[in-house]
Amino acid sequence: MFPELNNLLNTTPEGAEQGKLTLLCDAKTDGSFLVHHFLSFYLKANCKVCFVALVQSFSHYNIVGQKLGVSLTAARERGQLVVLEGLKSAVDVFFRPREEPHPLQFLRSANAGDLQPLYAFVRDALQPVDSGEAAWRCPVLLVDDLSVLLSLGVGPVAVLDFVHYCRATVCQEWKGNVVCLVHDSGDTEDEESDVLLNGLSHQSHLILRAEGLATGFCKDVHGQLRILWRRPLQPNTHQDRSLTYQYKIQDKSVSFFAKGMSPAVL
Amino acid sequence: MAAAGTCGTGTRSTGSMVAAASTNNVTSFQRRGPRASGADSGCSRLVSIAGTRRSVRNGQLLVSTGLPALDQFLGGGLAVGTLLLIEEDKYNIYSPLLFNYFLAEGIASGHALLVASAKEDPADILQKLPAPLIDHSYKKECDEDICGHKMESDIKMKIAWRYQLFPKMESSDRYIHVSDDNKYQLIETSKWHGFFLPEKISSTFNVESCSLTSGYMKLLQFIQNIIYEEGFDGSNPQKKQKNILRIGIQNLGSPLWGDDICCAENCDASHSVTKFLYILRALLRTSLSASCIITVPTHLIQNKAVIARVTNLSDTVVGLESFIGSEKETNPLYKDYHGLIHIRQIPRLNNLIYDISDVKDLAFKLKKKLFTIEWVQDNYLRQERNIYPPGFSYLLKQKDSAWGEGSLQHSTFLMSFLAKATTFASRLVRHCEPLKQTGSGRIRQAAGPRLWHDGRRQEAPGLLVTPP
Repeated sequence: MFPELNNLLNTTPEGAEQGKLTLLCDAKTDGSFLVHHFLSFYLKANCKVCFVALVQSFSHYNIVGQKLGVSLTAARERGQLVVLEGLKSAVDVFFRPREEPHPLQFLRSANAGDLQPLYAFVRDALQPVDSGEAAWRCPVLLVDDLSVLLSLGVGPVAVLDFVHYCRATVCQEWKGNVVCLVHDSGDTEDEESDVLLNGLSHQSHLILRAEGLATGFCKDVHGQLRILWRRPLQPNTHQDRSLTYQYKIQDKSVSFFAKGMSPAVL
Repeated sequence: MAAAGTCGTGTRSTGSMVAAASTNNVTSFQRRGPRASGADSGCSRLVSIAGTRRSVRNGQLLVSTGLPALDQFLGGGLAVGTLLLIEEDKYNIYSPLLFNYFLAEGIASGHALLVASAKEDPADILQKLPAPLIDHSYKKECDEDICGHKMESDIKMKIAWRYQLFPKMESSDRYIHVSDDNKYQLIETSKWHGFFLPEKISSTFNVESCSLTSGYMKLLQFIQNIIYEEGFDGSNPQKKQKNILRIGIQNLGSPLWGDDICCAENCDASHSVTKFLYILRALLRTSLSASCIITVPTHLIQNKAVIARVTNLSDTVVGLESFIGSEKETNPLYKDYHGLIHIRQIPRLNNLIYDISDVKDLAFKLKKKLFTIEWVQDNYLRQERNIYPPGFSYLLKQKDSAWGEGSLQHSTFLMSFLAKATTFASRLVRHCEPLKQTGSGRIRQAAGPRLWHDGRRQEAPGLLVTPP
């Protein structure tokens, strides 16, 4: 978790909001640092996290998490974290198929698959247990990332359905949070990606958009982050609040500054 | 990390770990310097797998791509378990070279190879691989060249100081297409598996289609079998030494594989190649010791969205753009080069940050069968310094400005390129003391030694002044 980003978003691990859908979006740059932030943030906030990691292996997130101060293996052992490793499971489901449905069952289907087994996995992982022991604060679903599902043959409507189901269960019923990362295809006319991104933007409460600089690569400023607070259920009241910052990613943290105020320039 | 400490500096341009192989195979991961081959006795205990080294930044296991210059721009090499995607150039002339260098590096390091192609028999591909450079006289010449460059860089640039901030690139690779008896021996002793699609397509196959074309399905099955049987994923405890598997797949996405993304914009099998890449990357990540190079003819893919998805699904992406047939062929800036090389993507592995070089304009050339990569501006600087040697100051004039004293960084050649407008030629003047401001002072200008100096014009401007 990056303390500067917490300040910008006005949140702390103790006072995290509940029942929100946060959309992470990146355009022309890599927005995975936001995923690492939210993963460590919610683990520190003592929430039960279900992490659908489709892009990288678990050890990658673990090593970066250790730099940010959380241990994913320890969280997994004490039951706070449930991880679906996309890459490892894909090999299992593709080459060694078994009868019972696997969360990534859509990899074996000949035409556009549906994500029901994946939703079932998420629901089982985040089901609140009424055993009376020290319960976790709230369930959180973190998906990295949804654009990979489009590349794997799932249609954008199926992905939107999946997010809708997860939101209904996790956000409304269990008062948890959902965070997902989507790639913005920009000027390559990827209609499926645009449909997915627009659909999710209208449903989300907080949009964090990491963009590359319009002028190209810069060594000192890695990109620009746009934060947009929305109220999807009350579209006519207050205007959405938006802030823009530029950032530079360092080894263990990310520093944010106002546009044009990079320490390298001043 | 201790290995990197004792065996070499591990910095970008010099010093790499010596391959701990008993035979005298030459890899591009070699210590450069006077003691080229004699230093492996101390290090061989610490190197676990031949032909690999640990990254300085995060301890990742890296293998060489076969070209030291490309390794430098990829942050030291290709990480084991990742995928290198080469976007082919227009007529597919230079990308097979990179493909061959990757495989030849594998043979020289003793790695196992898996070559897959729909166009050419893998046995033929392996026969045409370049041989490692064992010619000692040429190596000495290379080392001298490198030393010469080093000396040149030590001279502090007084005038063109801005250029000193840019890195000096030394790049020469170790492979030349020579037919050598040693090469055939190496190929016979190395372990390789070939996948030639026309041979495999005829056999019956009994699995549901999974929306992959049958060629891709068979290739994935083949790769998975090899990884499992040879124990590259750690499933069978290997009795022999741990080794790296290098996978090379040529022309992925071309119609020869049964895929139609290069033929039509709205294609039916548009998810075939992306699914294939995902499963392939999953195989590479779960195996502990395989890395892969793929060449894709992206210039033929008509749907830009597919190109973006393919790029997102790979780890490292390098694009080649050759100048043949394009208008850049006549551009004087590029006259020594054969094409541009774009490093489009580098993965962030186990880290928030990644090794990215500051230099973005890279061009490659193939001279006498040596593939070199250079920063394009470097050539410019060399031309400029021949015409305007450092140590002098110059009178410069750009259009609509007055003559003024300037330094090489503002010189006309560079400015006309940057400003894309013509600039007047500068005049060479050498003088011993700084010029005085002449005229009223409204325009900042200075005059040469014999011009307007004392109120009387003595000589036309711009004559070459002989040194006193």
